[in-house]
This record gives sequence, C-alpha cells and structure tokens, in this order.
Amino acid sequence: MTETSYRTGPDEKGLFGQFGGQFVAETLMPLINSLAAEYEKAKNDPAFLEELAYFQRDYIGRASPLYFAERLTEHFGGAKIFLKREDLNHTGAHKINNCIGQILLARRMGKRRIIAETGAGMHGVATATVAARFGMQCVVYMGTTDIDRQQANVFRMKLLGAEVIPVVAGTGTLKDAMNEALRGWVTNVETTFYLIGTAAGPHPYPAMVRDFQSVIGNEVRAQIMEKEGRLPDSLVACIGGGSNAIGLFHPFLDDASVQIVGVEAAGHGIDTGKHAASMAGGAPGVLHGNRTFLLQDEDGQITDAHSISAGLDYPGVGPEHAWLHEIKRVEYVPITDHEALEAFHQCCRLEGIIPALESSHALAEAFKRAPTLPKDHLMVINLSGRGDKDMQTVMHHMQDKLEKHA
Amino acid sequence: MSRLQTRFAELKQANRAALVTFVTAGDPDYDASLAILKGLPEAGADVIELGMPFTDPMADGPAIQLANIRALGGKQNMVKTLQMVREFRTGNQDTPLVLMGYYNPIYAYGVARCIADAREAGVDGLIVVDLPPEHNDELCDPAQAAGLDFIRLTTPTTDDQRLPVVLAGSSGFVYYVSVAGVTGAGAATLAHVEQAVARLRRHTDLPVCIGFGIRSPEHAASVARLADGVVVGSALVDRIAKAAGKEQAVGDVLGLCRELAEGVRGARR
Repeated sequence: MTETSYRTGPDEKGLFGQFGGQFVAETLMPLINSLAAEYEKAKNDPAFLEELAYFQRDYIGRASPLYFAERLTEHFGGAKIFLKREDLNHTGAHKINNCIGQILLARRMGKRRIIAETGAGMHGVATATVAARFGMQCVVYMGTTDIDRQQANVFRMKLLGAEVIPVVAGTGTLKDAMNEALRGWVTNVETTFYLIGTAAGPHPYPAMVRDFQSVIGNEVRAQIMEKEGRLPDSLVACIGGGSNAIGLFHPFLDDASVQIVGVEAAGHGIDTGKHAASMAGGAPGVLHGNRTFLLQDEDGQITDAHSISAGLDYPGVGPEHAWLHEIKRVEYVPITDHEALEAFHQCCRLEGIIPALESSHALAEAFKRAPTLPKDHLMVINLSGRGDKDMQTVMHHMQDKLEKHA
Repeated sequence: MSRLQTRFAELKQANRAALVTFVTAGDPDYDASLAILKGLPEAGADVIELGMPFTDPMADGPAIQLANIRALGGKQNMVKTLQMVREFRTGNQDTPLVLMGYYNPIYAYGVARCIADAREAGVDGLIVVDLPPEHNDELCDPAQAAGLDFIRLTTPTTDDQRLPVVLAGSSGFVYYVSVAGVTGAGAATLAHVEQAVARLRRHTDLPVCIGFGIRSPEHAASVARLADGVVVGSALVDRIAKAAGKEQAVGDVLGLCRELAEGVRGARR
C-alpha cells in the first residue's frame, strides 16, 4: 500500500495492514482463490461493469437520492444535514448493491446455488431477491433468535423462493449463522457460491463487497457537488460488519478535509459488556476468515454481541474498518440502544422517514454533533435502510413513548 | 527423530496403519478428559489428537461442536490444555500428541508463548484448521523452527497445482480430509481414498492419514489397508455425549478405541 493513498488496499495477501487475510479451512482455499481471480477479471471487464450499471439503475433504482433533511437541520440548528437514501433501494436497504454484484459474479463462475447468512434478514431478502431474478437456488442461514425477531423478513425470503435454515447453535444470531453458512459451503463447495453480506470474511470478500457498495460514496460525491459545489465536511454511517459505511467512506478516504465517523452499536453501554462494539470494546483476533477487532475473552473465545438492532449484532467488524481505526483515518464511536431509539423517533417525526434501527445509530451520533457545528458544515448521513422490518422491536421498546405522543 | 517420525517408522516396520484418535481437551470435564487421554495409548491409540476448544469451530459438525461447548462450560483453556499434556507425559513418553484447533485461542495466548509452552509440555505438533499455507509466517514457520511439527489438512479440493504449496509447510504426517464437508459427516468411498492416497504419495514421503466419517472398526480396517493412518474423532466424542455419567464416558471412549484398534491392527493380516 502506498503512503499517499488510503484506497489501494488490500495487498496481495488480502491484508489491510495487519487486518484481513484468508483464515479458512483448506477445503475452501482453492475456491476462494479462484473467486479472487475471477473478480479481478470481472472488475476490469467493460461488459461486466455495463451489466452491473444496468441492474443498479433499472432493478435497484439507483441513483438513490441525496436528500437535504431541512427539518432535521432546522431542529438541530447547526450542520446542514443530508440523508443518503439507501432505504429507497429495491428491497429497502443498501444490501442489494452487493447482492447484484456478487450474483453476476456467481453466474460468470457457472454456479447455480447461492448460500448466504443473515442477521436482521435484509441481506437474506436481498440475496433471495437476486437469486429469484437470476433463477438460482437459494439457501439462507439465519439464527433462531433473529428468526423470532424478524418474522416479516423470513416470510419475504420464503415468498422469494429461498429456503431458510434455522441455526440453533450459540446465541442463534448472525455469528452463528455465519459459522453454519461456512459449514454449508465446505460441504457443497463445488456447486455453491457463498454470497457474503458484509465487507468481512476471507479475501477477496472485504474488497469485493466494498467495491460493490462504493456506488454509495461515488454517488454522494457527484450529488453534493451538484447541490453544494463542494465535498461534504463530514460523513456518518453505522457499523456492524460495516458494508454500508465502507461503501460511503471509501471514495472519500483520500480527501483530508472530509471527517469520517463510523458508529458502532454500544447496546446497553460498553461498560455493561452487553454491546456489539468490537472496536470500542474488543481486541484483534481471527474469526470467519479474517483478522479484525473481535469481542472475545482473554482466552480468545468469542463473546456474545448485543444490540437492539439485529443487523449490528455481530462480534466483529470488516477488516478495512479495523485498519482505518488503527491508523486513525476514521473515527469510530459507540451509540447505545437508547440513543438509537431516540434518534429513530426524531427522524420519524421530523422527516416522515422511518429509518432502520441500524441507521438510527448513525443518526444518533450525527444529531449529537450537528448542533455544535457551523451552519455551512455539510454532513452526510447514510440512511442505510428503512425501518419496516424493525416495527416489532420498536413497538416493544417504545410503547410508553408512542402513547405519550398519541 | 521426533516422536511422530519414530512412531510411524515403527508402524511401517510392523506393516500396520496408525490409529489416530481425536478427543477434545476438557470434555466432558478436566478430570474425565485426562483419564481418557491417559487411557488412550493402552487402548490402542498410536497417535493422539487433542482438540483445543473454541466457541466457533467453523469446520466441525455437531458432535465436535457440542464437545467444544461442554469443554468451555468447564472453563477449559490453553493453560489447562497444556497442563493436561504435562500430566499425560508424566506417564507416557512415547505416544505422539498433536494439538488441533482454530487460530484465535492461540493468537490470544500469544504465538511465541504457545510454541514455547507446547514444546515444554510435551506437544509434538499442531493442526490449525483455519491457517492455510498463505499464512505460514504466522505460526507454521516459527513452530517448525522450534521443533514442533505442523500437520496440514489436504482435501478433495486441493488440486495438483496447489498440493505442493500445502505440502511445503507440512511435517509429521499429512491429514487427508476425505470428504469436502465438516467433521462427522458422510464417508468417502474406498475407491476415492485409494486414489487420493496414490496421488498424495506422488507428492510426498510423509505418512498419509485419512479422516472424516470413519466410525466403525470395520470401516477403520478397510481404510487402514490403504493408508498410513486412520483418524477417528466424532465417533469417539459421540460416546462422551451419550454416556450417562463421566465414568461411563471414560469407559465407553476407551472401549470404542480398543475395538477400532483391533480393526486397524487386523487390517493387513
């Protein structure tokens, strides 16, 4: 990696500094290496890029708007707040950007069977959607805890023709679904393409998912230039694995004037131990094919993550974020369940937009900062997905508040 | 000669395959696990693989996942696993013992510290499932430099182009995972095993041991006719899961080990 750019990683071993790599069983290595080679070819193939652009535009509905949130801006009385509307994408979140890219790659490689893991279900739905569109068999691994709290998305996946496999191991959340997906992949490696949902896992996934999600940041660059004639002053996005965030951040990493903030899920609070903030409350380690920050005990055993948002409930983070944290190019901060819910409510009431609980973490941090910033400060928040899927969770947690406002 | 080299040389002399047994350290608890470990050589195990428990054993099937959970429930960790090896070595200096597991607990313990302490405790080699040759510099190279063998898994997906890369960092023996799948899953056909052994022998002089899906003495015997060693794990670990109590667990595991040893020892007669 050169010293002049933050955008050239990973290196030939799939490493961003000490993070990333290919830590998987031998059975998977030949396939992962052929995937890396195929992706290198595809991303330089004009026909592939043209087809990708076509599906981004006519199937996903891109470009997604960069919306000036006038009411939020007025309310907080500081920074000029823009929302990047990934919630308006087909299937309701940024996840589809990556799924379209990977399914086109799967087709190039001659694979007919797609497997995926999902936490909140948005990646599962996006995967089931593209599998249906391209006529492929689809199997989605999902923890039983997440199945309980995301019934609507489970039903959607089934409507789209996917088989949802409940994972009972561990806490029945995203981490366990990913273990089971890796087991499923090892068992069917010749026929199966593993469509990983975030910018994590073994190389080339972190770089590949980042590239497919970078459409977000690339659009923001063009859109804010058109609206404001200059780059934004700050970017804010939530981090679970971190694919929506890296997609927004990556095109701006070399712009020193752009302040970049990633928001981790602090659950009940970092000091309670019940959180999903692997950078604020974890340590470097190796899991799911990459070295990154992980929630773990002193023996290297992975500990449970907690977040009100099923999508952030993962004990690790994408390796490029781990590196950007270590070199301090991006500032990573924790936001609690409670703070995220407050921000969720403000966004609903002031903008008529029901955000995903994941995105509400980014909103909460942005709302803390906005009042302290000058009126000409341009702040872009990635609204990574819509909140329809979170109605049950929010109803449960906000019953009192909703009654007060009724 | 290392303990592994000595053992495989002796077995070659005797014209029989090795029985390689896998159990998880601390399963069902420390004491019962130590009793199993101490009893295995007498029950016919020629080489012992001792699992280092991990919360997320991505390449293991349900039997070994549950063994990990039981062991972690008893707070088994690297310190206790190495202590278990030391206690085993007080009564046994001949049986090769290899630690098997995933990288993160080793990484958390400290690679240099792990290598030094494993050597001192009497460990002969390491099998780390999620460390492919692409990351040899992490642990494989320093372990071998310190005199620990690094045993590699090769699989049906490891093609002729890749095989030399995998074998370059291998020592002790080669563990051929005969099915693309998780531990305890279905077994490969004997024709596949025969072909695979022949292919491996073209690339290496190291002993070839076959694992995954071998559950019965008859099955072990048929594989023992083709390879230098037969690895059995899930079937032994299942006996612990099914036992009514710890004493029975110890007895049942060692009982199955005796039956498997009989199968392996009678295979080429």
